[in-house]
Amino acid sequence: MIAHSVFFYIFSLIAIVSAVMVTVSKNTVHSVFFLILDFISISCLFIMIGAEFLGMIMLIVYVGAVAVLFLFVVMMLNVAEQKGQWFSSRWDGGTHIPVGLLVSLIIFFELIIVIGGWKYKPDLLNSLSINISTEVTNTRSIGNVLYTDYIFLFQISGMILLVAMIGAIVLTYRERAGVKRQSYVKQISRERDDGVDLVEAERNKGVKIDA
Amino acid sequence: MDSYFLILFTEIYKILFLLVPVLVSVAMIVWLDRRVWAFVQKRRGPNVVGPFGLFQSLADALKYIFKEVIIPASSNKLVFVLAPVVTMTLALISWAVIPFSEDFVLADINVGILYLFAVSSLGVYGIIMGGWASNSKYPFLGAIRSAAQMVSYEVSIGVIIINVLLCVGSLNLSDIVMAQQNLWFVIPLFPMFVIFFISALAETNRPPFDLPEAEAELVAGYQTEYSGMMYAMFWLGEYANILLMCAMGAVLFLGGWLSPIDIFPFNAIPGPFWLIFKILFLFILFALVKATVPRYRYDQLMKLGWKIFLPFSLFYVVLTSSFLLYFDLLPGK
Repeated sequence: MIAHSVFFYIFSLIAIVSAVMVTVSKNTVHSVFFLILDFISISCLFIMIGAEFLGMIMLIVYVGAVAVLFLFVVMMLNVAEQKGQWFSSRWDGGTHIPVGLLVSLIIFFELIIVIGGWKYKPDLLNSLSINISTEVTNTRSIGNVLYTDYIFLFQISGMILLVAMIGAIVLTYRERAGVKRQSYVKQISRERDDGVDLVEAERNKGVKIDA
Repeated sequence: MDSYFLILFTEIYKILFLLVPVLVSVAMIVWLDRRVWAFVQKRRGPNVVGPFGLFQSLADALKYIFKEVIIPASSNKLVFVLAPVVTMTLALISWAVIPFSEDFVLADINVGILYLFAVSSLGVYGIIMGGWASNSKYPFLGAIRSAAQMVSYEVSIGVIIINVLLCVGSLNLSDIVMAQQNLWFVIPLFPMFVIFFISALAETNRPPFDLPEAEAELVAGYQTEYSGMMYAMFWLGEYANILLMCAMGAVLFLGGWLSPIDIFPFNAIPGPFWLIFKILFLFILFALVKATVPRYRYDQLMKLGWKIFLPFSLFYVVLTSSFLLYFDLLPGK
């Protein structure tokens, strides 16, 4: 058990320090790297409490996909150039501090509710209709709950994500003129007769091609 | 306290027993790759150092060790140094879950296949970090390309893994192998095996999908600013990843350590050898593809990943699950 708690404190320390560094570090790309470190240490914590499925999914989804897109955006937009402008009043006529304060207040109250509710955890566990068995792997037990009792909620959340994805594509898609696209069907179905045209060229006149 | 140290030392011994052969075989596999490539092109390939040129990679490694490591003045030094370390580490830690036989596996964890998938999806960070920290145009372009490429092809690899999992009913790699005792998954899921193979090529930045380091356009992509041992670490990491992808293909589709037919001369050969044969077979296919197929254009690569592989493997998930449901073959009831 000693080793267990030692590792717990190591991972939580890394998680907290890197979470602080995400907001503190001046370089935006470094922030994203600290965010990734945070995700990784949190998934280690998940694995330590025996939720190996959640930990791995956390790694795959957040670190493997979401954070890559973060990095992508941060690198492409070159946000580092706006250093020092974020909290000044010059930027865009106003500051972001009120909005930031509001969001952090909401998150703070949520945390208070969650941690306050921790006291009643044993009561909550008893009132659950699902029976939690320690014999099957947690992948199987998550599947058992997700695809039986909560199948509609699960499917609806999937649908919402799909609609959001299509919406994002529709909003950002713009048709640009003059973009050359490759069509395999067109290329393969091209015959000799379409490609070669025999023309009687008149002397000193030339031929009009590409008609 | 003694028991802790005992556990620690046995674990370290086991890890070394696995990692040292992996590293040596990575060096050998580079030689094999170059030889196969040369034979396809009717050249001799590396044949001077040692018998058949077997020690070529060792000579190369020696050369890299003695070369100067140059860190560009305008680079982000910490990230620049970390990038090859990340690549190399991620390539090696995934070997922990590969089962070489029933009882020869370092970590027989419940979610082995998810672990492999997670670690391979982390592999992109080595490349992005290297490309960004170099603070130069070509590496950055290479890094951006490879980020998009690896994320795209991971999606189809994920869906292919779902196909296999439907037939197994477990995320444990040993269970996946044992489920193939009667029939290797390469037979019922052959289209998935082909797509997995091609996606693995794209995932490891091998030709014909080596756009992140397309030398005709980007010098050497994300590796441009690297030299000496740091370059060699990228290189080793890349080849260790290729071997890992071959191992993953062997475990998922070719029955891992199982012998092809369960009769005497075949099943007398121990399991680890069969797995190594299968990994080598897949690797030689990798090398043949490198030697024969010209490089893809970037838009073709994206089109192949998103518009062909993803819909087709999704369709195959539906097909597999309906087949299993109809014939009442679903595992784990």
